[in-house]
Amino acid sequence: MGEFLTTPKPILLDVRLNYLQNYLQTMTVANTQSTIPPAPKKNWQRFSLPWGITITYLSIILLLPVSALVLRAATLTPGEFWRLATDPVALSTYNITFGTAFVAAAINCMAGTATAWVLVRYDFPFKRVLDAVIDLPFAMPTAVAGITLTTIYSEQGWIGALLAPLGLRVAFTRLGVAVAMVFISVPFVVRSVQPVLQELDHSIEEAAWSLGASHWETTWRVVLPPLIPAILTGTTQAFARAVGEYGSVVLIAANIPYQDLIAPILVFQRLEQNDMAGATAIATVLLVISLVLLLMVNLLQAWRQRYEG
Amino acid sequence: MRVKPKSTQFHQGREWGKVALIAAVVIYLALVLLLPTLYVFIGAFSRGISPFFATLTSFDFTQAVRLTALAVGVAVPLNVVFGLCAAWVIARRRFRGRTLLLSIIDLPFSISPIVAGLMLVSLYGRNGLLSNILQFLDIKIIFSFPGIALATMMGGMPFVAREVIPILEEVGTQEEEAAKTLGAGEWQTFWRVTLPSIRWGLFYGVVLTTARAMGEYGAIAVVSSNLIGRSQTLTLYVEEAYRNYDSQSAFAAAVVLAALAGATLVIKEFFERRTRIKNEESLEE
Repeated sequence: MGEFLTTPKPILLDVRLNYLQNYLQTMTVANTQSTIPPAPKKNWQRFSLPWGITITYLSIILLLPVSALVLRAATLTPGEFWRLATDPVALSTYNITFGTAFVAAAINCMAGTATAWVLVRYDFPFKRVLDAVIDLPFAMPTAVAGITLTTIYSEQGWIGALLAPLGLRVAFTRLGVAVAMVFISVPFVVRSVQPVLQELDHSIEEAAWSLGASHWETTWRVVLPPLIPAILTGTTQAFARAVGEYGSVVLIAANIPYQDLIAPILVFQRLEQNDMAGATAIATVLLVISLVLLLMVNLLQAWRQRYEG
Repeated sequence: MRVKPKSTQFHQGREWGKVALIAAVVIYLALVLLLPTLYVFIGAFSRGISPFFATLTSFDFTQAVRLTALAVGVAVPLNVVFGLCAAWVIARRRFRGRTLLLSIIDLPFSISPIVAGLMLVSLYGRNGLLSNILQFLDIKIIFSFPGIALATMMGGMPFVAREVIPILEEVGTQEEEAAKTLGAGEWQTFWRVTLPSIRWGLFYGVVLTTARAMGEYGAIAVVSSNLIGRSQTLTLYVEEAYRNYDSQSAFAAAVVLAALAGATLVIKEFFERRTRIKNEESLEE
């Protein structure tokens, strides 16, 4: 193309332009006569196998079971559904589940931001090990987390024994539920904030310092604002994970209604009592809440992409 | 690496704050993560080596390992094939509902495992949506191995797609198109061009799916009849032993699962270091 444009001889150029014109004409003619198959159709053919597998697998593994639960809930009359989903025990489990998950998410919101900050900004011995250990709750089965947390935080355990003289019982109380929820949701805020903090331009902070801002002012007004979307995303994910938790909580809690029984465990208990309708109603409430939380995470991420450009 | 601020005198007062913050974070992580993890190993060997190995060779334990291995063996390959297809569709095609598809794939991350189990029960269970067909065909899914396999598949579904999508997007289509112009077929292009470039992400996705599959608990607790030695997976074995005050056996089994979790983290570290080195190399170029 470059050679084509820089050719100095006008006659030759004319010839070439003619050729190009003819070529373009035949192309359009060919296209209108559709002797060449249109590109999109070819694309469809090419991608049909992965498409088919994706849709089929998703339907069997996820969409069919979700619709089965929803259809099951729809067989209940609205009044019955309301009665089952809001009976006093169920209401108390929502309170305990969301209240404790909120506390756990709030703790991890602060601790996670501090952890990300320490891991990105400071150097200290065994930093890499600490960084790797953050992901443990993702890799460790919840049942394992449950038994080890219960043992450690029981009155004879390593940490529980230290707290017992203070009158704090952790295992088999709501506090234990909170500890389990904190454990399983540790990585979310750290892993959400870390990359943003790494990308953050140091020169802006230096500019703030050189303009006379104190260290705290710089942290609050220059460093923190760009981190907020990431912190909120991580916190919402942590909350969503804590709300749905079963494995570790069922072991560390006494699972007594009105005290430390959480909603997922109530669903399990209803099922054990052969109360399918009750289990379905409460599970549907939980499903809707996790969908809303998923939507929130997506919206936060969209906001974040705009925010961080 | 970060450039340290030059005016050290100004920052000297912050040294204390820095040390205090590091200490607070280390103490927090020790209380919440490190000590509990350490205790898994201590609990397993609390009565010495021989009870540990006695547990590991007991019939109930080996049966639980067998069942877990079987569920992993079914769920992971299927999830890998699905993950690759889904990643390909999402990364290589622009279509309406693409973000929706991505959210649907993420769904198992946010659904409570108990709700997931209940979904399977309301589809395949005794009074479930498909109960008539299943009864007619004499297929049992709930309280049987297929139910455990399905629960395992659901939990581990998103990982491969999640790991592979960003890599496919970053690699771009140039090399694939070049291969096609040179006459390579679809399969040839996939095996010899696409697969080598995504292999590390795929590998890590497989590791995560496997870790999740081995640790699956809540959903399996719902769909399994939990008969010792017959329909008990490793995680159910851990819970059962712990509830029966046989904490030594529980921790012995837990150590196996925790060791696998540790291996997952080591592989992740290795994988990340690799991509970091690769990124730095490409920056230098």
